[in-house]
Amino acid sequence: MLLIQSLGGDRLKKILEVQNLHVSFSTYGGEVKAVRGVTFDLFEGETLAIVGESGCGKSVTANSIMQLIPKPAGKISEGNIIFKDIDITNANEKQMRNIRGVDISMIFQDPMTALNPTLSIGHQLMEGLKQHQNISNKKAKEKAIEMLNLVGIPNPEERLEQYPHQLSGGMRQRIVIAIALICEPDLLIADEPTTALDVTIQAQILELFGKIQKETNVAIILITHDFGVVANIADRIAVMYAGKIIESGMKEEIFYHPKHPYTLGLLHSIPRLDQKDDELIPIDGTPPDLFSPPVGCPFTARCPHAIVACEKMYPLRHESSLSHYVDCWLYDERVKNMKQTN
Amino acid sequence: MIKYIIKRFLMMLLTLWIITTLTFILMMSIPGSPFNDVSDKTSNEAVQANLESHFNLDKPMIVQYYYYLESIVTLDFGPSIKKPNDTVNDLLGRGFPISFELGIISIIVAIISGIILGVFAALKHNGIIDYLAMSIAVLGISIPNFVLATFLIQQLAVNLELLPVATWKSPSHMILPTIALATGPMAIIARLTRSSMLEVLTQDYIKMARAKGLAPYKIIIKHALKNALMPVVTILGTLLAGILTGTFVIEKIFAIPGMGQYFVESISQRDYPVIMGTTVFYSAFLIIMLFLVDIAYGVLDPRIKLHKEKGD
Ligand SMILES: Nc1ncnc2c1ncn2[C@@H]1O[C@H](COP(=O)(O)OP(=O)(O)OP(=O)(O)O)[C@@H](O)[C@H]1O
Ligand SMILES: [Mg+2]
Repeated sequence: MLLIQSLGGDRLKKILEVQNLHVSFSTYGGEVKAVRGVTFDLFEGETLAIVGESGCGKSVTANSIMQLIPKPAGKISEGNIIFKDIDITNANEKQMRNIRGVDISMIFQDPMTALNPTLSIGHQLMEGLKQHQNISNKKAKEKAIEMLNLVGIPNPEERLEQYPHQLSGGMRQRIVIAIALICEPDLLIADEPTTALDVTIQAQILELFGKIQKETNVAIILITHDFGVVANIADRIAVMYAGKIIESGMKEEIFYHPKHPYTLGLLHSIPRLDQKDDELIPIDGTPPDLFSPPVGCPFTARCPHAIVACEKMYPLRHESSLSHYVDCWLYDERVKNMKQTN
Repeated sequence: MIKYIIKRFLMMLLTLWIITTLTFILMMSIPGSPFNDVSDKTSNEAVQANLESHFNLDKPMIVQYYYYLESIVTLDFGPSIKKPNDTVNDLLGRGFPISFELGIISIIVAIISGIILGVFAALKHNGIIDYLAMSIAVLGISIPNFVLATFLIQQLAVNLELLPVATWKSPSHMILPTIALATGPMAIIARLTRSSMLEVLTQDYIKMARAKGLAPYKIIIKHALKNALMPVVTILGTLLAGILTGTFVIEKIFAIPGMGQYFVESISQRDYPVIMGTTVFYSAFLIIMLFLVDIAYGVLDPRIKLHKEKGD
C-alpha cells in the first residue's frame, strides 16, 4: 500500500531523508568509521525497522538524526539529514533543542536507566511539555494523564506522584513512551525499545506501538537486532551491516524474498514457532573491525557464497523492485553470466 | 516517619550517653586535679581539700559520675572551677554563637563554592578550568588549615594590609578565618562533585533529558546535579566534624572569642565542669547535624525511605 502511495507521489509526505550519512569517532586506537554511507527515507505514519547485529551502527545512525552523538569525539563527516524539507545536518544546539522532543523523539533501550531516579514520573512527563509549550500546570497535568491513559497505565493520577523505582520495567517503558509522545512528534525513534524486557512484556510494548501509530500517525524508526520483533509492526525493513544498509525493502519482500546472504543468515537465526524442528543457525564469524573496514563487501569473510569480486569492490546496487534493493554481487548480471559460462 | 524519628532520637541519646561516659572516664584517668597546680602558691593542703569537697571531687567515682549525669540531664553544668565568676552555661552562651557563626559560614561557603567548582570542572572536563579547579582542590586538601591561616594573615593582613589580622568584629574580620576553615572541605566537595558529576553525565537519563530538548541549565541542575550530590551529602557529616574541630584551631590563631578557647583551656587546666559541658554540647550538636544530613539524603533520593513501610 505504502509503495503505491509513494509512487503516487504527493499523497504521503516524506518527513525524513538521510543521504549518504557517514559518522566516525576519533578514539585513542584511531578513527572508528561507525556509519559509512547510510541512505534511507521515511514517510508520514510509516514504520521503518533497522535491523542488524550488535555494533553495526544502528544507534549511531539514530543518535545522528537527533545530533546526540558524543562530541567532539564523534562527528558527521559526510552526508545530509533532511527533516521535513529542512537540512538539519549542521543545525546548532539551540536549533536542535527546538526539534528534539517536539518534532523528533527518542526511546532508549533500557527503561531501568532512562528515567531519572530522583524525579517524579509527573515531573519527567511534564517538563518537556513545559519546555516547549507555554502551558499552564493544570493543562500540563491533564495532558500527562491523557498520555498515561494512551500508553495503558492504570491510575494515571497516582502514578504522576510516584518515582521510577516504584514501577516495573514494562511500566517504565510505557512511561518512557508517554514522555516521548507528549509533545506529539512527527517522528519517533525507538532504539531497541524491547530488548531489556521479558518476552510477554515485549509483545505488549510492540502492540502498544501499533496502537499509538494508529491513533497519532507518528512515523517510527524501530531499531532492533531481532527480526522477530519487526514481523508485526514494520512496513519497511533496512538491514544494516558494518555501517552500511546492505538490503532494504518492504517487510514482505525481506521476509519472503530475502536477497543478501547476511539477511538470510539473520532470518535463519530467529526461532520460529511453526517449525519446531528447525535448527537455529547462527552466522559464523564476526563483523569486520571498523577502524579499517574492507574495501569490498564487508560480509565477504563470513559469506558462504563469496566470489572474488566481493573482496575487491563494494557491490553495485541491485534493485529487484521499486522498493527492494540489495548490495550484493551475486545479483549482478555479469556475475550471473559468469556463473553460467563456468 | 514519626516512628523513625523517635527511634533515631533514642539512638541519639544512647550515642550521647556513650560519648559522655567515655569523656568522663578519660577525664578521670588524667592524673592530677584542678587544684594541684604547682605555680599556684596560695593553695595549701587545707584549701585544696576544701575546694575539692566543694566541687564534689572527694566523693567516690560513682557518685561523681552520678552528679555528672545529673548535670547533663538538667543541662546545668554548674560553675567553672577556674573562672569562678562564670557558670559553664555562661561560657557556652557567650562562646557558642561566635563559633557557630564561624562554623556555619565556613560550611556554607565550602559547600557552595565546592559544588560550583566541581560542576564547572566536570562540564569543562579536561579543559583549562578543570585543571585549574582540580589544582586548587589538591592544594586545598593538602595544606592544613593552620598553615593556610598563617599564610593568609602574613600576606593579606600584614603585607598587603587588605584585611584585619585577627578577632571577630565585622564582616571583614570574618573573611580570613572563613577562608582558612572552608578551603579544605571545599576542596573535598569540589573533587567529589566533579567525579560524581562526570559519572552522572554519562547516564541514560541525561541523554533522555537531552532528547527531550530541555534547556542545558535544567539538564545540569535538575537532572545531573541532584543525582551527583548524593555522595557529597554522605560525606557532609565527616566534613561537619572536621569544621567543628577546625574552629578550635582557627579561633586560637585569629584570637576569636568562641567556644574553642574555653574548650582547649579547660582541658589543660582540668576544669572538669567546662570539659563536660563543652563535650556534651559539641556531641549533641554534631549528632543533631548528622541526623539532619540523613534527612537531607532522604529528600534528595526518593529511593531511600527513612521509614520502612511494608509492601509497595
Ligand atoms: N562514543 C563512541 N566512541 C567510539 N566508538 C563508538 C562510540 N559509539 C559507538 N561507537 C562504535 O560505533 C559502532 C557502532 O555502534 P552502535 O552503538 O551504533 O551499534 P549498534 O548497532 O547500535 O549495536 P547494539 O545492537 O549493540 O546497540 C561500534 O563499533 C561502536 O564501537
Ligand atoms: Mg545500539
